[in-house]
Amino acid sequence: MKEATKVKEVTKLTKAKNVKKKHGFISDIRKNKVSYLMLIPAALYTFVFGYCTIPYMLIAFKKFSFKKGLFASDWAGFENFKFFFRSQDAWHIIGNTVKLNLLFLFFTILSAVILAIMINEIKNKYFKKVAQSSYLLPYFLSWIIVNYILYGIIGSNYGLLNHALAAAGGETINFYNTPKYWTIILVAVKVWKEFGMNMVIYLAAITSFDEELYDAAAVDGASRFQMCMRITIPLLLPTVVMLGIMSAGKMFYGDFGMIYALVGDNGVLYRKTDVIDTYVFRTLRRIGNPSQAMAISLFQAIMGFLCVWGANYITKKKFKEGALF
Amino acid sequence: MKKKLSIGMLAIYAVTFLAAAVCLLPLLLVVIVSFTAESSIIQNGYSFFPETWSLEAYRLLVKNGSDMVRSYGNSIFVTLTGTLLAVLITAMASYGIANPFVRYRDSIAMYFFVTMVFSGGMVPWYIICQKVGLYENYWALLIPSLVFNPFNLFLVRNYMRELPSSLLESAKLDGANDGQVAFYIYFPLCKPILATIGLFYGIAYWNDWWNSIMLVSDKSYYPIQYYLMKLKSDLLFMRNLQSAGIGGSAYTPTESLQMATAVVTVGPIIFLYPFLQKYIVKGLIIGGVKG
Repeated sequence: MKEATKVKEVTKLTKAKNVKKKHGFISDIRKNKVSYLMLIPAALYTFVFGYCTIPYMLIAFKKFSFKKGLFASDWAGFENFKFFFRSQDAWHIIGNTVKLNLLFLFFTILSAVILAIMINEIKNKYFKKVAQSSYLLPYFLSWIIVNYILYGIIGSNYGLLNHALAAAGGETINFYNTPKYWTIILVAVKVWKEFGMNMVIYLAAITSFDEELYDAAAVDGASRFQMCMRITIPLLLPTVVMLGIMSAGKMFYGDFGMIYALVGDNGVLYRKTDVIDTYVFRTLRRIGNPSQAMAISLFQAIMGFLCVWGANYITKKKFKEGALF
Repeated sequence: MKKKLSIGMLAIYAVTFLAAAVCLLPLLLVVIVSFTAESSIIQNGYSFFPETWSLEAYRLLVKNGSDMVRSYGNSIFVTLTGTLLAVLITAMASYGIANPFVRYRDSIAMYFFVTMVFSGGMVPWYIICQKVGLYENYWALLIPSLVFNPFNLFLVRNYMRELPSSLLESAKLDGANDGQVAFYIYFPLCKPILATIGLFYGIAYWNDWWNSIMLVSDKSYYPIQYYLMKLKSDLLFMRNLQSAGIGGSAYTPTESLQMATAVVTVGPIIFLYPFLQKYIVKGLIIGGVKG
């Protein structure tokens, strides 16, 4: 009701103002000068850092040099792509990116859902609040700080874990030299940092469920565990699936901030930790080949776009509300 | 009769408590190590129960920390200016696309949305920053990546849409222009959501090292996060040189000093944490559920 009258009033007002004028873009700007003026900074930012980046994707097909610029640089055809896909690195960094993302997604969701359900069962308000605050804290730390924390735990000279191992009479492990542990380390760190944020969202969803369902179940003599399995989890599933599908759109984007902060330029570990984004970064900044970096990045953007489109397509079919566009 | 705590509930308490401990203890370890005497660290490694406590690390931090203090100052400056600028830009643009009198507001919203889904990535971004002079200066830390985020734009726009449109209309009838309506009526009413995005922007600025790793090489511009990162990687580099017998006895910061620097860096976030929770949790929920 309110919505409808609002729209009516607005159209009345606008109609009254420009009965004779056409509804062109220019006349709209003229009428709402100040509004458009206030849009300029954000629009300019989006233009420069968003739209202006698109023509530069062309350099993937060129031998770009900063001196010659975008248009004068020589063409290279598909050389940059060939070079990348023929190298040994290509498949393992693509594989690492997707594998790590899948593992991150699965374990973050799993731990977030379990803890959200558990926290919801707890009646002690004080305990609930303290627990939630603790879960969320790591989310606000930078990856650099997380690296300091990780070093404190797995560092080879003074790390907590190695000291415990030594004290127990076992052999110490030089983690920063042993790639095989790093898939687990990365997944653990990611879950540690981000499950709290996910839990908050799931908990909000759970608390919005209809109390009457639970009351009715209680009358029928259901236990809390049965309610959880038969009511909470089925009702929560759409939210979980929706958020999961949304993250699936980012399947080909590695978390540069995380990987680079934790691994840095430690080449020993690349086999297990290198993802597309860190590889592009190195190609651009360490090797200094923007064209090749762009070729990989373009491949990533296309795959990413396909994933977003696919994810959106599925969401649209299953949950109309959640669709992005 | 008082209800007994069932085994199930006991397990729930145990698991949730354990999870909370896992989240907090690592950070506590860093704090404790920063207060541990260096000799104790070398002997026993990092420990929750140090043999000797010491304030030496913090004393050193104040005494020889001129680079660190400068970086800290850079971060404070960039965070405050950047957040203010970012909130202003976002709020103004939100008004533009929330204002029902703007006929093309939805097309303009689309213009902002497109870049969220599709853009050129880091290579074109890097080239453009170089082209427009965003390197080796404070602007390079302030502007790229951080000063405007369409996600926040839509959060504020949705909030503004919920305000009654009669506000806008009556103000206009009284002869106010859009600037006055925005700054005197809309923005004050949007304080809660502006606080939320302000905190989002603030944390992003404080935690940022992407701009500095890409665009800045002069030490005097390092923000604190990048300073911390360099501290660790330089140390590693020096240790490698020393073990190869090349490096001299250059000054190397002690373990506790490193951790003290980390603690000082996390400080403001812990200090702001109550506000963060209050405002950001709301933002996370709205943003998370709406995608």
